[in-house]
Amino acid sequence: MSATRAAPLIALAGIERIFQLGDSEVHALRRLDLAIGAGEYVAVMGPSGSGKSTLLNLLGLLDRPNAGTYRLEGRDVTTLSAEEQARVRSERIGFVFQSFHLVPRLTAAENIALPMTLAGIAPAERAARVAQALQDFGLANRADHRPDQLSGGQRQRVAIARATIMQPAMILADEPTGNLDRATGDEVVRLLEELNARGVTLIVVTHDAALGARARRQLAMEDGSLQRDSAGMACAPPT
Amino acid sequence: MRTADLIRFARGAATGNPLRSTLLVVAMAIGVAAVVILTALGDGARRYVIAEFSSLGSNLVIILPGRSQTGGFNPGNAVTSTPRDLTVDDAQALLRAPAIRNVTPLAVGTSEISSGGKLREVMIAGTTAEYTAVRKLDMAQGRFLAPGDWRRGASEAVIGARVREELFGNGPALGQLVRIGDRRFRIVGVLAASGQGLGMNTDEIVFVPVSLAQAMFNSNTLFRILIEASGRETIEAAKAQASAILKERHDGEEDVTVITQDAVLSTFDRLLGALTMAVAGIAAISLAVAGILVMNVMLVSVTQRTAEIGLLKALGADAATIRNSFLTEAAMLSLTGAVLGYLLGIAGAALIRQLYPTYPAFPPDWAVLAGLATALATGILFGVLPARRAARLDPVQALSKR
Ligand SMILES: Nc1ncnc2c1ncn2[C@@H]1O[C@H](COP(=O)(O)OP(=O)(O)OP(=O)(O)O)[C@@H](O)[C@H]1O
Ligand SMILES: [Mg+2]
Repeated sequence: MSATRAAPLIALAGIERIFQLGDSEVHALRRLDLAIGAGEYVAVMGPSGSGKSTLLNLLGLLDRPNAGTYRLEGRDVTTLSAEEQARVRSERIGFVFQSFHLVPRLTAAENIALPMTLAGIAPAERAARVAQALQDFGLANRADHRPDQLSGGQRQRVAIARATIMQPAMILADEPTGNLDRATGDEVVRLLEELNARGVTLIVVTHDAALGARARRQLAMEDGSLQRDSAGMACAPPT
Repeated sequence: MRTADLIRFARGAATGNPLRSTLLVVAMAIGVAAVVILTALGDGARRYVIAEFSSLGSNLVIILPGRSQTGGFNPGNAVTSTPRDLTVDDAQALLRAPAIRNVTPLAVGTSEISSGGKLREVMIAGTTAEYTAVRKLDMAQGRFLAPGDWRRGASEAVIGARVREELFGNGPALGQLVRIGDRRFRIVGVLAASGQGLGMNTDEIVFVPVSLAQAMFNSNTLFRILIEASGRETIEAAKAQASAILKERHDGEEDVTVITQDAVLSTFDRLLGALTMAVAGIAAISLAVAGILVMNVMLVSVTQRTAEIGLLKALGADAATIRNSFLTEAAMLSLTGAVLGYLLGIAGAALIRQLYPTYPAFPPDWAVLAGLATALATGILFGVLPARRAARLDPVQALSKR
């Protein structure tokens, strides 16, 4: 634990995220301080509207905070240009979404290859890595199927394969089992945990207490603040 | 993103929505086809007229009596008496000019021609043996008027194809005696059917030696003197030399008009060229309309694919990649439409040529290139706005769209 704290993968300090809704302001995140080490398995929980997705979007560089700094692998990424942030997303971050977000006209193999295609990786290397991923995720005989020809669990496996294909430092999953039944959901979680076991930092947003309990560290959010951190640090005072 | 991947991705996106893509391609195709067909019609008209004029004979210089306005108003002429007539001597004198290869006089009148009880009113052209060379006429049978002294001519006649048909039907014409006015002529030749030719149609003319024609019409004047310059470059020289010789012979008065076929041709050429351009411009408007359609269709595409754009951003695509993928799609659809329209236009022009064989409806190269370029340019230009809108989408909000 102390080793990871010495060199955190993620370090948030004084993060604020305020949405402007007409005249009123929505404080989605308030003075958030958080450190997550490389290789950690973190579950983010809390009631609806507490800011879990907002936090995940910030961690994934899809959104910018109104205040505070975000250091990723020691580098301040809040000041990066949009192009540089896209590059960081491409190389360091993998996303898994509740609604899978596969491109409907592309086959499973093409969906998995998409991050590499966007990054301009050569077709030969893409093919090799996709073949390996299809093997690893039990999709070898589904390579040429389109998303609408796949079951929900298969779709999420394709999405996870896609999230890992660029060998990112972390995987951000927003309710990855939200659209799946219990059994398939468990299977997907096991896949994610296997990735974590191989060293990938895993951050999962979930409403499911059982699922959250499997993580080694739980963050409980409420009204934009960190209410409880099972690591025992960085908790905001109750308001 | 690699170019090949970009193209494949854009193609996938385009074919992923066939209705939308078809609409766009058809709009572009119609625009380009309109440009191709309309310019083919315009340029065809130009070619047609030029071909008609060219059939008068090449390197042709024509002299007509009297000063016409075409040369501009000359105050020296205003005070002089009526212009002198053109005579056979005038024509003969022109042979001195070095830039002139051939000269032939032309006297024209109408008379009745009769043979075997058939009577017909025809145009009589009095000329000389050189006429076929100057006007590039072909014979169907026999020969043209015999060369020799212009002042004396044998009583022989050459008839046009229509005249032959009407007088002799399927029977032989060569060697037959006919009566023209109160003289008798022997038919020595029949001209090949020309079918066209502005002004005089040689199919309905009877040619006789100029001396006999003048005697028949009881006049010494010529209708025209036709000159063949020694080459295309010497047309202007031939014109100047002819003017100078006739001015000298007419006591220093410029009382003839010298026209070249080139001058008439270039006027028509310019006129019909401008017409073709105007027509092409009108057709290009339909391409602008197609461009606006491109924009609408691409905007709809951006809206429909918002979630996908958000995903691409999450997967590490930067704004330029997204913009390029939409631009590539617009360009590909426009190009497809343009090529399709080009083929359609070429087919349309070919159909017009099939239906009207004498009408050379070929689209000019510049119009085809301009049409294709305009299609591609409008497609890309009107694709810029949707592509930029896609590139600017906020990834979080885009991802939350379903
Ligand atoms: N684009 C936005 N504009 C305005 N308000 C927003 C926007 N996005 C989020 N919010 C607000 O910010 C707060 C946090 O939203 P967030 O989506 O992070 O909640 P969440 O914890 O993920 O909830 P859920 O469990 O329902 O997914 C909510 O009050 C939400 O209404
Ligand atoms: Mg959420």
